[in-house]
Amino acid sequence: MLVNGEEMDFAADTTISELLQQLNLNTDRIVVAVNMNIIRREEYTMILTAEDQVELISMVGGG
Amino acid sequence: MDELIIGGVKLRSRLFVGTGKYADDRLIPAVIENSGAQVITVALRRVDIGSRQKNIVDYIPSDCILLPNTSGARNAAEAVRIARLAKAMGCGSWVKIEVISDNKYLLPDNQETVKATEILAGEGFVVLPYISPDLMTAKRLADAGAAAVMPLGAPIGTNRGLKTKELVQIIIDEIDLPVVVDAGIGRPSQAAEAMEMGAQAVLVNTAIATADDPAVMARAFAMAVKAGRMARIAKPGQESHYAQASSPLTGFLTRGVV
Repeated sequence: MLVNGEEMDFAADTTISELLQQLNLNTDRIVVAVNMNIIRREEYTMILTAEDQVELISMVGGG
Repeated sequence: MDELIIGGVKLRSRLFVGTGKYADDRLIPAVIENSGAQVITVALRRVDIGSRQKNIVDYIPSDCILLPNTSGARNAAEAVRIARLAKAMGCGSWVKIEVISDNKYLLPDNQETVKATEILAGEGFVVLPYISPDLMTAKRLADAGAAAVMPLGAPIGTNRGLKTKELVQIIIDEIDLPVVVDAGIGRPSQAAEAMEMGAQAVLVNTAIATADDPAVMARAFAMAVKAGRMARIAKPGQESHYAQASSPLTGFLTRGVV
């Protein structure tokens, strides 16, 4: 699947929570979009497919 | 009481600060403390997956209001999406609309900004749009439900001060919404000038972040914003072309002396 524009391989049936865990990301500080749709935290059990485009977004310094 | 209320919140400071461009983000807590700022801007970007850098939010005290900007948006639809992502992150519902497609001057697209403001205000966001200072745009933003308007003083990051002074003054004079001068303010004296003009607040990032000592510069800006606001309330006296003596014109010691 595409994660932040880069092709990455994950095991079949990987959920969003598992993907975040494997990437060692703090879920409190991240918002996830799959195929441009914003995913609520309650929906992190959603299983991702190889065709999905995942975006992981966080806050950075800005003016 | 001299209060500034935006989005239903009585703000404790009229200085908003940005968190971009710091040589080291660890400078940010001291800057926020010294500035007294309550409203702090941030941006949204894709996570740098390999990087173990601390999140910017970790440097911002929890009693501050996060004001995520929509930088990177080139049209209203992209700005709306970024605003929704920011809200989904759970950091409140304030948003600074920033729609820019001009890479040389980074001047905002007022028309797209109005469109994004209409949509987001309708969704309950507290919308602070960044605009080129234009009265009609400001009026449309007021009608669209903006919580404030943020005209620029000079292009972003230029530290050139209030190049748009007369146009900003018209907005201050004609619009009931709070006016927050954003972008271009390079020195505390320029922040004070904006406040003397009647701006309700100023937003400063580059001038503090790129100072040799950001923490001290933050304090200087805090003092300047307070001084400018006090001067505005105190109502400055009239200007005149010719001199008006400050000392009495009677009882001169030289009168009658030959």
